[in-house]
Amino acid sequence: MAIWFARSRNITHFLRTKISPFEIIVNQRCSNYSFFHANSSFKTMAGESYSRKVTELCMDKSSAAILAFRRPESAIAGGQIEAVPYTTDDDEDDENQAMEFPGGKVGFTLEMNFISESPGKRIPCYRVLDDDGYPLAGSRFEQVDEETAVRMYKSMVTLQIMDTIFYEAQRQGRISFYLTSMGEEAINIATAAALTSDDIIVPQYREPGILLWRGFTLEEFANQLFGTKKDIGKGRQMPIHYGSNEHNYFTVSSPLATQLPQAAGIAYSLKMDNKEACVVAFTGDGATSEGDFHAGMNFAAVMDAPVMFICRNNGWAISTPTSEQFRSDGVVVKGQAYGIRSIRVDGNDTLAVYSAIRAAREMIIREQKPILVEALTYRVGHHSTSDDSTKYRPLNEIEHWKTARSPLAIFRKWVQRNGWWTDKEEIELRGSIRKQVLDAIQAAEKTEKCSLEDMFTDVYDRLPSNLQEQEKSLRETVKRHKQDFPTDVPV
Amino acid sequence: MGSSSLLKRIGRLSVISSSCLESSGIIIDGKSGRGSLLRGLSTAATEQELRILQQQNKSSSSLNLFSAINQALHIALDTDPRAYVFGEDVGFGGVFRCTTGLADRFGKRRVFNTPLCEQGIVGFAIGLAAMGNRAIAEIQFADYIFPAFDQIVNEAAKFRYRSGNQFNCGGLTIRAPYGAVGHGGHYHSQSPEAFFCHVPGIKVVIPRSPQQAKGLLLSCIRDPNPVVFFEPKWLYRLAVEEVPEKDYMLPLSEAEVIREGSDITLVGWGAQLSVMEQACVEAEKDGISCELIDLKTLIPWDKETVEASVNKTGRLLVSHEAPITGGFGAEISASIVERCFLRLEAPVTRVCGLDTPFPLVFEPFYLPTKNKILDAIKSTVKY
Repeated sequence: MAIWFARSRNITHFLRTKISPFEIIVNQRCSNYSFFHANSSFKTMAGESYSRKVTELCMDKSSAAILAFRRPESAIAGGQIEAVPYTTDDDEDDENQAMEFPGGKVGFTLEMNFISESPGKRIPCYRVLDDDGYPLAGSRFEQVDEETAVRMYKSMVTLQIMDTIFYEAQRQGRISFYLTSMGEEAINIATAAALTSDDIIVPQYREPGILLWRGFTLEEFANQLFGTKKDIGKGRQMPIHYGSNEHNYFTVSSPLATQLPQAAGIAYSLKMDNKEACVVAFTGDGATSEGDFHAGMNFAAVMDAPVMFICRNNGWAISTPTSEQFRSDGVVVKGQAYGIRSIRVDGNDTLAVYSAIRAAREMIIREQKPILVEALTYRVGHHSTSDDSTKYRPLNEIEHWKTARSPLAIFRKWVQRNGWWTDKEEIELRGSIRKQVLDAIQAAEKTEKCSLEDMFTDVYDRLPSNLQEQEKSLRETVKRHKQDFPTDVPV
Repeated sequence: MGSSSLLKRIGRLSVISSSCLESSGIIIDGKSGRGSLLRGLSTAATEQELRILQQQNKSSSSLNLFSAINQALHIALDTDPRAYVFGEDVGFGGVFRCTTGLADRFGKRRVFNTPLCEQGIVGFAIGLAAMGNRAIAEIQFADYIFPAFDQIVNEAAKFRYRSGNQFNCGGLTIRAPYGAVGHGGHYHSQSPEAFFCHVPGIKVVIPRSPQQAKGLLLSCIRDPNPVVFFEPKWLYRLAVEEVPEKDYMLPLSEAEVIREGSDITLVGWGAQLSVMEQACVEAEKDGISCELIDLKTLIPWDKETVEASVNKTGRLLVSHEAPITGGFGAEISASIVERCFLRLEAPVTRVCGLDTPFPLVFEPFYLPTKNKILDAIKSTVKY
């Protein structure tokens, strides 16, 4: 297995550069990034041990400030990036036992060993809180202050209520389509909280919580869902296809995984501009089977693009379970084959997601390399309003994740136990959000649609002659056959 | 020399030198229209002609098509620090040499190889363009553009529209060599332009000569919309023309009448124009006056220029290498029938590739050759 791992020489070099006060632990399987404890020692494959004193971090509110950027020279745009060379055993430089090969020397072996198709043991899942919201003994995490924690919890509740009411609005026929993020509130909100507003979001579609965190209002959500003239997308896309330049959130498009190679390109631009920001691109477990997932991962790795791929592995791609989606140990193990550091995290543990995303972001920007995060979660709702998931999965499975594994319930217990939240506040918050969402729906329903002009603009930067002709012709048709067309679209 | 003067007209100043052929490494099929044309050229004569041209105009130089593309890319990178050129094997100059010298001059950060993955190249390019950069992506052969079809059709083309103009990838230009080359078989010969002409939101541009290639490519790169730019690979080394050294752009969505006539209008683009021009010259011997139009931009296309010409001549012939069924010739034909029905004196004729995969040994049979076009001109005029 030795050839699979970056070897000690690289690690030593990495440590000697002292680019960060943080330590790196390298074990046989992956690089563990940790900045949560004071002292640590670690071992490389060659058996060399390193001990290093690390500044105590993160147990106070100032931790964020310590996450300062000190990008190594080699990672700064304009300089040359050197590919990390792969080496075989350091002490086996005998030419007879190794072959010079493009990409680095490859050692020989007399053993005809096939590499196993999957790791013997499943990659464990990084976790901070247990299902009762108690920190696990020895758990390491980024401390969250009261203000942030309460804001995170409130946002998760808002997302849940927004989903519930908008979903109902679709059932009542008031909007054409909806898709909830239920069960995935922690990934949405904890990720948003762990990033800065300069980080660029390239969503799949089940991540509206990030927009919510960044200040996209309930009215703006409602205007998109109802396709009103206030929808910044100009009423052109199905509900839930949000996007906002102001909030650094690229517009959702329905094709899956297409956004992943784009994310690599966006990140390359950030890198060239020396921005202290990264791209965060989302995918689901199903979309990892798309060719564009491969394209995105490979381009990001080869181009050393500062991008974080977050796979929300929620177990189900509409009705297809992960067992019918891929083999081996899920998504996290794919990272290493691409040369991308990866971590598996409990996606329903708000503190674990928050800590992992912060650490990943810091590494991505500092080292100018991509990272893959697999967040294990569960799609508690149906795929969308066009789906009934009880037809293909057991009710008790849904119920278990809805109750015992609810990310809101787990995080609320932790927040409440800290004395930062009360039942009374809970009731008030829920009532208030409910009213705000209903108000937003009412207002959006009364708002007229975008005008017919918006059908033709933005295909190109300017209206070409064929579209001018078609618009003129359509307007004449509308005049003649008013009854054929919706009355709420101004002509 | 008849052929030589003919070619001069195609590219206005164009001369195809047989000496270029020898160095091209491209095997020319003697039976095809282009091959027989080129065989007829006298090296000495063309070189002399070039020298005269050079003396007359010192700010231009004689370039083949790949060198003109190369010059355009140099200018694009030089004039915009946010411009990038990348694709498979682009770093060392590209398999057709279009990117020669770019990496040395502008660095590996701006001119680089990509992994061998067309959907990745275009996806990456869309992301780069969406950040306000000029992303100039090369697909090594148009035949291999299909893995990127989804990225072009569903992503690039709709990027501005779907976001309500909050985002756009207008800085995207996808370059891809297309068309017959004499020995390319199924997968090095195709002309897939019609697929892309069915996609609102992108532009499709095809140049006919070195001078056109440089000016049109610079326009595409700087156009605020994503563009697919198909380069006639047969002409990469074959077509040589005086190309101004300066930075210049030729307008998109403007067709050009490259040969005036009164009896019939011929519409084409790219490498096919040289075959059509030969047919025009032959027809002239029979007293038929042909007007030849280079469409240049296929979408959004310049209907007005074609319409005006057909209103004058009363007849239309469209020719392209791509299979006839569902080809862009069908669109031109339908549009012109709508607009010029009462002026038409004969059915619109299409002389195109046949509805087979592009066949290797049958290429001379498959292609819309000079005599196929000439026959169609005669039968249309006599209709």
